[in-house]
Amino acid sequence: MAQVTLRKIVKEYEGGVQAVKGIDLDIADHEFVVLVGPSGCGKSTTLRMIAGLEEITGGDIAIGGTVVNDIPPRDRDIAMVFQNYALYPHMTVFENMAFGLTLRKFPKEEIKRRVDNAARILDIAPLLERKPKALSGGQRQRVAMGRAIVRDPKVFLFDEPLSNLDAKLRVQMRTEITKVHQTVKTTTVYVTHDQVEAMTLADRVVVMNHGIIEQVGPPQELYHHPATKFVAGFIGSPAMNFIPARLVNGGAALNVELADGIRLPVPEDRAARYAPHAGRDVLFGIRPEHLTELRPNDHRQHLATFQAAPEVVEPMGMETLLHFWMQGNEICARVDPSTPAAPGVQQTLAADMSQMHIIDPQTDKVL
Amino acid sequence: MSATTADTAAQGIYQKAGSLRGERRRVLIWAYIALAFFVVFFLFPPVYMLITSLKSSAEIADLNGNPWLVTDPTLQHYRELLTEGNYLLHFRNSIIVTVAVVAITMVISILAAFSLSRMRFWGSSVLATGVFLTYLVPETLLFIPLFQIIGGLGLYNNLWAMILIYPTLTVPFCTWIMIGYFSSIPKELDEAALIDGANHFQMLWKIFIPVALPGILAATIFAFTVSWGQFLYPMAFLVSSEQMVLTTGIVSDLIRGDTFQWGKIMAGALLAALPPLLVYAFLMDYYIAGLTAGATKG
Repeated sequence: MAQVTLRKIVKEYEGGVQAVKGIDLDIADHEFVVLVGPSGCGKSTTLRMIAGLEEITGGDIAIGGTVVNDIPPRDRDIAMVFQNYALYPHMTVFENMAFGLTLRKFPKEEIKRRVDNAARILDIAPLLERKPKALSGGQRQRVAMGRAIVRDPKVFLFDEPLSNLDAKLRVQMRTEITKVHQTVKTTTVYVTHDQVEAMTLADRVVVMNHGIIEQVGPPQELYHHPATKFVAGFIGSPAMNFIPARLVNGGAALNVELADGIRLPVPEDRAARYAPHAGRDVLFGIRPEHLTELRPNDHRQHLATFQAAPEVVEPMGMETLLHFWMQGNEICARVDPSTPAAPGVQQTLAADMSQMHIIDPQTDKVL
Repeated sequence: MSATTADTAAQGIYQKAGSLRGERRRVLIWAYIALAFFVVFFLFPPVYMLITSLKSSAEIADLNGNPWLVTDPTLQHYRELLTEGNYLLHFRNSIIVTVAVVAITMVISILAAFSLSRMRFWGSSVLATGVFLTYLVPETLLFIPLFQIIGGLGLYNNLWAMILIYPTLTVPFCTWIMIGYFSSIPKELDEAALIDGANHFQMLWKIFIPVALPGILAATIFAFTVSWGQFLYPMAFLVSSEQMVLTTGIVSDLIRGDTFQWGKIMAGALLAALPPLLVYAFLMDYYIAGLTAGATKG
């Protein structure tokens, strides 16, 4: 077990395309870190550089305090779980899991003990004599994880391990991975494009975009205090609404003025922070879950109400999503399913202004 | 009651149109006709050989006899072939050459295909194309310069020359089909092996060769067929009967001037066709495509 340190990591491919543009990251011992971002953001490349499967163009990667730039994958003491499992098709589950230990000349009894132990943790003991082709997708994924666990490596690397599974199995394997990490506590770097996976699994989430790190932090911090417009829009589902607005001084208080003249008061505790930007064009960001129906006896503070007519009503069961357009921007609100809502019918909506975000459209930074 | 009404109504409303079963039957009939034609076409020569090899020389020469019937079957030709002359020696030579060539070919082309398909290095893709291009040069052009080389090495009329030059025919093609096969193996398999602690040789030996076995067997069958049936090179480079392989040995020993020993020629050719038949029958059992099933999703 070990910490992983990335210093100014650059990956440049032939032709000068930079996939990773000098990132810094410190991963503590036992920590579960998830790299998340859209495809092409450099997250998989970063993981593959940690694994040693991709050469590093610039910077240093250290595992357990040793710089591993020039150390081949087999000597880095890491284990990796691939998206498509990468099980050896001609070997049984036992042989697949034992392969790494056999190559390292572990004694037979020790191999058996470790494989049995991993099989017990992953609940695959009855499958040990089967070949991969006789396993279901979820079982193959467990075997791939078992192959990593038996090695007892310094670091686990996961490359989108759940992307090939169906939605139900994905949720199940997600809790499985959490359980395994709670049991073995190995430092883990996990790559995914699914922000739900990132939020649910991670101690800390690293949001990447265009080869740089946008923000690093615990899931709740990313959700409540995104640093950039990209993070604000990427974390959370449905995504945060962005509406062009202007900060105006209206009487004593600061207001967010939407282009249709709707004025929403900024809570006093935020006024000081935004005051220097008064009079400027900004982006007003609010999550669908903070844009709700006005409840009777609503005790939430800082509610600002306005009228809107939804164009699309999507009943989800536990909630209903209302989609309406505001100056060409699609806005999504999340209301209680009992709310009477119909397309084209005016509706009173309440924005919880204590949860709002103001984004500088020039820098895309959250103010 | 309602069900009965519905049935009656359905009969009134719907008409039966087309017949999937009938269509399938028609397709099958044509398939069988085509297959029967091919079976007859391809079995014609070996059956004719078998019948002729069982006739006495007198019966073969009898112009009034029916070529498809044996009136007085005899194993005389087989007996003579196996007890007199150099036939067994030629058989042994063919086996030596073929086994050696298949072994050399597989070692070279597995290593070549592995490096060309997996280790990206400067010029690797040009090299891969080049390997295939060499296969396109016809042997009828090659044997003239090869004659100089073999002569220069002092291997003219020497069985070992065959072991040296047959791989020029087998290696390019075998390498090429195995590059294709190796490329179809998911890259994650070698990456997993590298992380599990394998070096490149262990990766080849413990992962690639077992996983690519169907492709390797296909290449083996090809190398075997080419070596066993090669005619031009032994014809050009081997002159004395003791050095000859089956293909040229039968022709040179059993045809004397304009005297064709048809019975022995047929018996010899038939026996010579047995090893490929056995190899095919044996390897085909293992030659199951889709051995990679289960390695990855899909």
